[in-house]
Amino acid sequence: MEERAAYLFLLPWLIGVVFLLAGPIIASVFISFTKWNLSAPPTWIGLENYRRMLFDDPDFYRSMGVTLRYTIMSVPLYMVVGLALALLLNQKLKGMNFFRTILFMPSVIAGTAVAVLWSMLLNPDVGVVNQILRFIGIANPPRWLSSNEWALPAYVLMGLWSIGGGVIIYLAGLQNIPPHLYEAAEIDGANSAQKFLHITLPMLTPTIFFTLITSLVGAFQVFDGAYVLNGRGARRGALLFYLLHLYNEGFRGARFGYASALAWVLVILAAAAIIITFRTSERWVYYEADTER
Amino acid sequence: MLFTRRQHYFPPVIYRLLNGLSTTIQYLLLVALSGFVLMPIGWMLTVALKPTGVPVFTIPPEWFPTRYWEWKNFTDALLTPTRPFLTYTLNTLVIFLGNSVGTLFSCSLVAFAFARLRFRGSDFLFNFLIITMLIPWQVLMIPQFLMFHRLGWYGTYLPLIVPSFFGNAFNIFLIRQYMRTFPKELDDAARIDGCNYFQIYWHIILPLCIPVLTVVVVFLFLGSWGDLLGPLIYLDNNRKFTVAIGLANFATRANPNNNQLMAANLIMMLPPMVIYFFAQDKLIGGIASVGLKG
Repeated sequence: MEERAAYLFLLPWLIGVVFLLAGPIIASVFISFTKWNLSAPPTWIGLENYRRMLFDDPDFYRSMGVTLRYTIMSVPLYMVVGLALALLLNQKLKGMNFFRTILFMPSVIAGTAVAVLWSMLLNPDVGVVNQILRFIGIANPPRWLSSNEWALPAYVLMGLWSIGGGVIIYLAGLQNIPPHLYEAAEIDGANSAQKFLHITLPMLTPTIFFTLITSLVGAFQVFDGAYVLNGRGARRGALLFYLLHLYNEGFRGARFGYASALAWVLVILAAAAIIITFRTSERWVYYEADTER
Repeated sequence: MLFTRRQHYFPPVIYRLLNGLSTTIQYLLLVALSGFVLMPIGWMLTVALKPTGVPVFTIPPEWFPTRYWEWKNFTDALLTPTRPFLTYTLNTLVIFLGNSVGTLFSCSLVAFAFARLRFRGSDFLFNFLIITMLIPWQVLMIPQFLMFHRLGWYGTYLPLIVPSFFGNAFNIFLIRQYMRTFPKELDDAARIDGCNYFQIYWHIILPLCIPVLTVVVVFLFLGSWGDLLGPLIYLDNNRKFTVAIGLANFATRANPNNNQLMAANLIMMLPPMVIYFFAQDKLIGGIASVGLKG
């Protein structure tokens, strides 16, 4: 009775698993071995899509390069800045709630809007950012989105504006650290640097690990901002993120077979990165439960 | 407090001085960072309120609207027939409402089974649910598109709404965690009073879940409002576009009117900001609990 009821409650999800999850995943493998463009029935072409990717598609390498460089630049930067900001916002100061409200705000703003705003601010000739740089004495500031070398760093720096979402998670982690640990350390005469290195950082490793995984996943999925900035005259190819290339191939070029193959390569690389991160985590992530229970 | 009184290497006055200094530095940092967040928004508002023809970029930059109050830019952005942001807004709200109904219905049902009912395979299925959270949607995007296209749903909101009626692992997880916190005696008492399982779910558990359901709806709003890729793939008609596509199209046109573009951008930014101010605690609590449990 209870069991039958339970499965009835689960029914919407179970149907979804079959038709929106398992079915499409299996289909996706097959689609990646076909040429499928909606106007003609799909034809089986074996590994041709994967061969083309490796040998005949310079944009595959370009987009992979952009995504990897973005990951290497953005993930460590956002994690360190995010943690530093969380430490600052964790101080017990008057008016802190006010500052938190302001600093978290951009994290709810959609990526499209953030990109539109910053494409204006980063205008190389008359934009606010370069005006400020010229004012403080930099005669030839970077041309940001219009330049080959600076487009991607500009994109990374732009992301700092909306870093608040990650800070909230760090802040929750910080506030979860039992205060008695700090009290004990103070009695032992620990200074603030020692407290940070020996209490805060180890106790925060699960949060840091969670943030690392979600940032890695996020870095592989950049789309909205890149879509807007590419259309707004960012240097051609400099912001061709992998997902944008996939979108162009699949939904602009109606090459669904090829786009499926691109999707699988992305997923396999992302999975590899995440598995490696998980493997190393045993060495540096500290779970209090291991020792206390 | 960066410098505690426990370290007695120097006379106490030094520490008091350092503490005061560090508080000052902290405030300076906070003010500078707030400026970094707020000044771009102020600049945008200034530009959005300038009449067409007045230079957008000034030296030095203007952070606050002073001379011009051209509210017409906003009404133009909302009503211009070629890109009616008012229509876009209503369209986006339709998708959001559809998603809310679907998600609240399906996810609370499934969460109820996982949280309150005992059945064979529950552990296995719950672990499976967690694993499905890791399935990247990139591989689902193309087969789902082909499926919805074959069903004749291309160009409608159905592909953006219907999947929400079949549950979402993350929201199920969030609601299930919350439902688990109520005592089991609640269900037992209701059973003795003759309630069936659906009545327990509907009359007893669901009303208690309103806080977590609110968090889910707030997240859904931010998700539907900001989603660009979904509408981009499935919608092909200007009259059906969402705010995100409308803004992306406007922004990527050759030489858009920058005053109206900034007005449109503010229209895109404003609703999430308003929601944020009213639901700040819920939102932050929601994000934080995800981080801690994850």
